[in-house]
Formats: sequence, C-alpha cells, structure tokens
Amino acid sequence: MITGIPQSGAFKWTYRAYVTLFFIYLALPLTTVCVFAFNDSVFPSLPWEGFTWAWFFGDNAPYIGVFHERAILRSIVTSGVVAFWVSLLAVAVGTTNAFLFVRHDFRGKGVLYILMLLPLIIPGIILGISILVFTSSVANYLEDATGMWFDGLRPGLVLVILGQFSFITTFATLVISARLQKFDPSLEEAALNLGATRWGAVRAITLPFLYPAMGAAAVVSVLMSFENFNTTLMLVGSDAPLTITMFDRLKLGSTPVLNAVSLLLIVVSAALGLASLLLQKRQD
Amino acid sequence: MVGNLSKRGYIAAHGGGMVSDKSKLTFWLLMAPLLIWLVTLIVLPHVGMFLVSMREKIGVREYQTSFANYEVFFNEPLYWNTFARTAYMSITATALTLGIGFPIAYYIAKLTRGRTKTTLFLMCLIPFWVSELVRTFGWMILLRETGVFSNVLQYLGLVSGPVEMLYNDAAIMTGLVYTSMLFMVVPLVTTLDSLDDSLIEAGYDLGASSFAILREIIIPHAMPGIVSGCIVVFMLSLGNYLTPILLGGKDSLWFTGLIYSQFITRFNWELGSAFGFLLLGLSSLIVFVGLKLSRQSLTKTMGQA
Repeated sequence: MITGIPQSGAFKWTYRAYVTLFFIYLALPLTTVCVFAFNDSVFPSLPWEGFTWAWFFGDNAPYIGVFHERAILRSIVTSGVVAFWVSLLAVAVGTTNAFLFVRHDFRGKGVLYILMLLPLIIPGIILGISILVFTSSVANYLEDATGMWFDGLRPGLVLVILGQFSFITTFATLVISARLQKFDPSLEEAALNLGATRWGAVRAITLPFLYPAMGAAAVVSVLMSFENFNTTLMLVGSDAPLTITMFDRLKLGSTPVLNAVSLLLIVVSAALGLASLLLQKRQD
Repeated sequence: MVGNLSKRGYIAAHGGGMVSDKSKLTFWLLMAPLLIWLVTLIVLPHVGMFLVSMREKIGVREYQTSFANYEVFFNEPLYWNTFARTAYMSITATALTLGIGFPIAYYIAKLTRGRTKTTLFLMCLIPFWVSELVRTFGWMILLRETGVFSNVLQYLGLVSGPVEMLYNDAAIMTGLVYTSMLFMVVPLVTTLDSLDDSLIEAGYDLGASSFAILREIIIPHAMPGIVSGCIVVFMLSLGNYLTPILLGGKDSLWFTGLIYSQFITRFNWELGSAFGFLLLGLSSLIVFVGLKLSRQSLTKTMGQA
C-alpha cells in the first residue's frame, strides 16, 4: 500500500466513487436474478407482487417450483453425472501429466507442453465442432466397415464428457504441476533408502503431498464442467445438462423458476469456488 | 541435452540398468494418457475439421477437394461482414475491459491491504464462478423493455413509456465486458502486486507527474499482465455465443452464431468447418501478434493462468 504520496481529496473521492460503482456493476445482475426468484408473479420483472417461496417449493401450475420441475431436476442430475466423470478423468490425466512434465526430461518436451496449453486458446465452440466432425467421421467409417452402431460417437453424454475433458485437463495439469514442483525430492529418496519401492514411495509420500492440489483441481473441474456452455452446445444429444436446458427455456421466455435455479447455482458455485481457494491456500 | 538434464532426470537416467528399464516403463506409462488425450481430442479433430472444410459436395456422398467453402465465405458479404464485425466488436470489448479494469486492479493491488484487499479480490472472483448463462440472464432482466432499468426510468419520470435496452450493440458490449472483466483484473492485480511501491514513491520524490509515473513506471511493469489479460478477453469475446445471442437478439450477427447455424440448423458441415477454421485462424493470429509485440511466450503467459 502506497502511503507516502500526496493526492488531492477530490481525486481520492472520485477514485473511491469509481471503485464503488464498479462493484455495484459487478453485483447488480446477480442480485437482480436472486431477488426475482422470490417475486410472486409469473414474469421475472417489475412490478414487485410480494414475497413467495413458490418458485422453489410450489407444486400447482403455473407456480411449479424447482423442486417439482421434472425437466430441470433431470438436467441437474445429468450435469452432475457429466461433472463427476469429467473431474475424475481430468484429475487422473492431470496427475500423470504433472509427473511427466515435472519429473522427466525428453526430446520434444517443449512442443508437447505448448500443445498441452493449446486448449486454453481454442474457442470452446471450435473445440466442440472439431470433436463433433471427427467422431462423426470415425463413427461413419466404423459403421460402414462393421455394420454395427457406434452411438457413443454420436452427439450425447459421452461426447459432452470428452469435449469438456479435452480442455479442463489443461487446468488440472497446471494446478497439480504447480504443487508437484514444490515437492522436495529428498523425501522420496529417503523412502527409497529405507527400502521402499519406487511406486511404494510415490504412493506413501508424493501422492499424499499432492492431495490438496488434486482436490482443488477436482473442484475447479466440477465448477467448469457445470457451467460450460459452448463446447457442450455442439456435442449435446437428447440428455441436456442444466445450462442447455436453461438456455432453451430462456429463448422461449422465462419464468421466475429460472431465477430460482440460478440462485441455487450461484450459492453452490460460490461455495465450490471458495472451497477450491481454501484447498489451494492450505498448500502454502 | 546433457546440460539440460535435471538432477532427478540424471538420477533416473544413471541409477543403474534395472532402474533405467523401469523408469523407461514409467515414462511411457505417463506419456500414454497425455498422448491419447492430445492426439484424439485436440490434434486429430482439428486436422479432420480442416479436411472437411476443404471438401466440396458434388453429389450424394461424393466429394472433391477444393477451396469452394472458403470462396463462399469471401463472396458472400454477409459472411465476411459478420466476421469483420465480430473481430471489431471483440477488439472494442477488450479495450473497454482494459480501460475499466485497470484502475480497479491498481486500487486493489496498491491502495488496499490485508482483509480489505482479500475481500475486494474475492468480490471480483465470485461473479465468475457463476455460469455465464446466469450472468447474462441477469442483464436480460435489467435491460429488457419490461426490465428493471426501464421501470426505474419511468418511475423517476425521465421517460414516458417502456424503453427497450436489449437487442442492440451496447447491450452486447455491456455483457461482453462484464463476462470478461475477471480475466483482465486478475493478471493485472498479480503483476501490479509485484511492482515495488518504492519505485512509484521515488518517481514522486523526483518530481514526476502522476501521468509520467503511470506511463514510465506502472504501465511498463504491468505489460505482461496487460498482454495476457487482453489476449484472454479477446479470445473469450470472439468465441462467445451466449452473450451476443441473448443480449443482441436474432440479428446480433456474431460469427459463432453463423457457425452454429451451419452445423445445427442447415447441416452444412463443410461450410461450418471452414468458418470454424477462419475463426480459429483469427484468434491464433491475435494471440501470436500479441505475444510477439510484447515479447512474451505462450508458456509464460498461459502457464500462470
């Protein structure tokens, strides 16, 4: 913090006002979404018709709350299943990648590292269509050759999981590598001197050291998977994850039930985000 | 290469014949998931997409290699106008995000400390953990004809009837800047944090004006953060689909919208792939130019993301 600099009072107050305005701008859309989840009206807009819990718990039309709305509940489950597999795969591959990049030197390492970072700079919608085009041609080829069906390669949950995995793994790799770099290899060498096998030493010493980072990577993966839209949009089949269902509803015209879902999403994402920060902080 | 071997690599390589065989096995076991991931989900799909974009349909399941799809793009004003408009709007959004975000990042990095600093930083982060769909939905409720702003303006007597603030370029811009703000503020705060305060104070002591200090000390130091922030914001804006569609309406003319309609509604994958490749080309070009201009490397800029 800089203290020793003279600044005019007017400047200071203008600056503060600007910062305040900025944070109002940040908070405004989210607050609005939350407030209208409790409006006793079928449109999420003014006038304010009074407070209600109906958009959460209501079960008679048109006031069908989130917890009685089958389509939305089903898409939340779908999103959960996708997020589970994406984070499992991303953390597993992220961990092996971290060991490879931190512990091994080999020809072409630099090129592979850049290739590993590329998913960060490819727009999500392009990742989606490239995987769609590729898997469809593979499926066509295989079906022509064998006469069997390969539904896993057609738009659907498997492709959604693969599509999200394709770029979330980069984040998992970065988070876990950062932690592995701080590991003191002499700890592992001590275990080896005491008669541990290579794999035994890694399992007993190194992996536990990485757990917080793996946990943080898992939480970040779940968060990114849950809110992903662009890649998912191109690969989705008949089972739509939550963001896709909400998007379809939004195009048709919204009711406050979407505000209620959004409120739940905001609470859960904020909690998960804080959890990932705490996990990463515990490492230092 | 010997000089580059790390201590651990050295131990692995010279630890004796048996260990060496084992470590070779370990190496390939670690290499396999990486290669499977990158080859099947990144490299091959993009090669495939390129091949499809170079294919012209001449009959039922009959194709020939040609640039026809790219010709369609250059011969149809709607397509390249949309492309240029998307690029231009994304650049504007990036500049606005930088302009709005820089003073905030400076405030957080240099004018607060301790708990206030953590709180402000967290307040910047929270909106971005929430789905982009929810954020955009929030702007829709605020901006539309029956929305909050319109009602407030009528209540204050500033306008006589409902005002539609959605479905125009300003609405798209508001949404884009909002959506990308975090990716500008975080790298800026990180680089500004590492600037030694005494340098700024020395500048003042030597009689420099605030503007001179900003230009000569603060901005040059913050350059890596500015570059990585701008690159990410530009890419996110270029590849955005939700914000232009929901806030800009049917005539938002965003290039990702064209890609989507070629793929999903018109089922013209050849043209869609060509569009995809053009967008990818533009985004890579900007990243490349940005890195070259600022003499940064991708590994350094993105590795810390």
